[in-house]
Amino acid sequence: MFKKLSMAAIAVALSATSSLAATEVTWWHAMGGELGKKLEEIAQKFNESQSDYKVVPVYKGSYPETLTAAIAAFRAGQQPAIVQVFEVGTGTMMAAKGAVYPVYKLMADEGEPFDTKTFLSPVTGYYSDTQGNILSLPFNSSTPIMYYNKDVFKKAGLDPEVAPKTWKEVEEFSRKIVSSGAAKCGLTSAWITWVQTENLSAVHDKPFGTLQNGFGGVKSEFSFNGPLQTKHWANLKKWQDEGLFKYGGPVGGDQAATMFYSQECAITMNSSAGRAGVINNAKTFTPGFAPLPYYDDEIKEPKNSIIGGATLWVLNGKEKATYKGVAKFFSYLSKPEVQADWHQFTGYLPITNAAYDLGQKQGYYAKNPGSDIAIKQITRGTPSENSKGVRFGNFTQVRTIVDEEFQALLANKKDAKQALDSAVQRGNALLREFEAANSN
Amino acid sequence: MDTKRTTFNNRLLPYLLLAPQLAITLVFFIWPAAQAVKSSFEREDPFGFSTVFVGLTHYRQLFADPNYLDALWRTAVFAVSVTVLSMMLGLAFAAAVDRLARSAKVYTTLLVWPYAVAPVVAGVLWWFLFNTSTGLLPFFLERLGIRWDHDLNGTHAMILIIIAAAWKQISYNFLFFLAGLQSVPQSLIEAAAIDGSGPVRRFFTISLPLLSPTTFFLFIINVNYTMFDTFPIVDATTGGGPAQATTTLVYKVYQDGYVGLNIGSSSAQSVLLMLIVMLLTFVQFRFVERRVQY
Repeated sequence: MFKKLSMAAIAVALSATSSLAATEVTWWHAMGGELGKKLEEIAQKFNESQSDYKVVPVYKGSYPETLTAAIAAFRAGQQPAIVQVFEVGTGTMMAAKGAVYPVYKLMADEGEPFDTKTFLSPVTGYYSDTQGNILSLPFNSSTPIMYYNKDVFKKAGLDPEVAPKTWKEVEEFSRKIVSSGAAKCGLTSAWITWVQTENLSAVHDKPFGTLQNGFGGVKSEFSFNGPLQTKHWANLKKWQDEGLFKYGGPVGGDQAATMFYSQECAITMNSSAGRAGVINNAKTFTPGFAPLPYYDDEIKEPKNSIIGGATLWVLNGKEKATYKGVAKFFSYLSKPEVQADWHQFTGYLPITNAAYDLGQKQGYYAKNPGSDIAIKQITRGTPSENSKGVRFGNFTQVRTIVDEEFQALLANKKDAKQALDSAVQRGNALLREFEAANSN
Repeated sequence: MDTKRTTFNNRLLPYLLLAPQLAITLVFFIWPAAQAVKSSFEREDPFGFSTVFVGLTHYRQLFADPNYLDALWRTAVFAVSVTVLSMMLGLAFAAAVDRLARSAKVYTTLLVWPYAVAPVVAGVLWWFLFNTSTGLLPFFLERLGIRWDHDLNGTHAMILIIIAAAWKQISYNFLFFLAGLQSVPQSLIEAAAIDGSGPVRRFFTISLPLLSPTTFFLFIINVNYTMFDTFPIVDATTGGGPAQATTTLVYKVYQDGYVGLNIGSSSAQSVLLMLIVMLLTFVQFRFVERRVQY
């Protein structure tokens, strides 16, 4: 109850800084550290490129904090023009029709060129409504890939240039690494929910939920307690007991990166945006990059992986001049050179085909082996209903539940099937909650 | 003795003087509390476009939710453990310092320091000490044959937050106990000493009973502290995990309302939390106070 008031107060304090000659466009984002600096640089370059509009980026903390702050600000009538919302919040934003100014509509209203086809199709697929309109501007999209320690591989008698392709190989390699004493653990992973559950399902063309993984409406139900997911979770548990796998913690699993950097674990799986961090932190060893492994007895041709990251949503209730500025800024952001710069600096995916082409022309991918693994993985094959993405309401909480059930599995409280069944059941209760809240 | 009493000739003046305090109470306590009660009966989407009155649905769901009932029980365990631990240690330190003649001031200053540490920092400090891969304490515990793992072991996680929360509160309890001990009449203690009772016996038969008003006061304060002010500690150390093993009631309010944007249920939980604290305070004043020797 106090937080509502205090958040409103903060919102007022932060948005009271306007009134300059140029029309200000506030942009709330969740990019800390190096990424935040780069983002501010982009805004600054846009501001220098013209004099009518001034984009003011404001760092609002983590993704959930940014979303909550924006919602509280909207309720208090103090919302920013642009807010960066992570992919998990997409369901929430799409349901909030009155709060959102859809990007395709904004660009049309302001007469800015905006062609859906210029964007990478998996990216647009994830963020479009059922009619194929893009509701928010893709900004930073990533997909999980595998990182491995070439030096440890060598020490264990493995070929450092050959990454494990299948989960069976991951298991064999890990066992070799641990038994040879090359590293204390074979495998760890960031984002158990996103990487080892959502992406696992997509890559193997298995549904995560009904109604096209929730794209078909708010009546969907979860179905990620199938045989594939059960088998995989049971394997992770088995590997943990054997000492091959180490848990990296809930949500983003921050300790996975730590264990990989300290060479405690030889393999990790994380967002492609973690590439810059890996290169910076792998001072004493050579990192390798590879696509996510798959079960070759489940699927011969693995499907595309799904994206994470965030998009920029435009909020209603601002003046016309502000929206003009937003449209101009979005056009600037979609430029191939801006996109390519951001993509190459951060490891996020290039959002447009043109940015990818530009990178190829610059010879970036040839010079930086492994930097195009994410793009290739996300564009391979034809996306199916199961690999297009996931879209559910209350999904932040659902991810918390999946984390909790995974912890219960690792702590011997439940077996894989019980844990997944319970996650599905608890998740469905939240979906019904969301359906009820958004259908009246 | 002639007591001087201030009287107001103007009938309005006392209210005027009270007004700032009343305004603060209204704006920062009564209004938000009323808002919480109101939204606990409603179902609303996060942006507040549609609001439907749903009566007691949220409350009914809460009491049918095993996770909520677990959190209730867990909070009780947490509150009692933290209160008992921090009060016992605070009292022990106070009794020790009370017996010091010259260095008492130095010790008092040092013992009060943890109170100046922000809860988040206290949480992070203990999180570092107990960090499973780099922490100091797991290293020693391993030699004793204990594999410390608060990332997966719920009991370990609970012990961690109890220690962090209690550590921070010891200073506060220490100060009050010390003040209490120093106001125990010296004549009583001397009389007992002359009658031949040793320091331990004097402490238990004279000081401790005379401390009961302080103990009672601290008990209320400590229980309220663990129920409301320990949020940053939980957030910074365990984040409510693993598998909700350290999700206390106040942390659940945050999880459901702030992270999950489920305002209705979160409000209902806040209201229940308010009721619990009101009930506790009532019970303490009504029943415990009677048995306290002043």
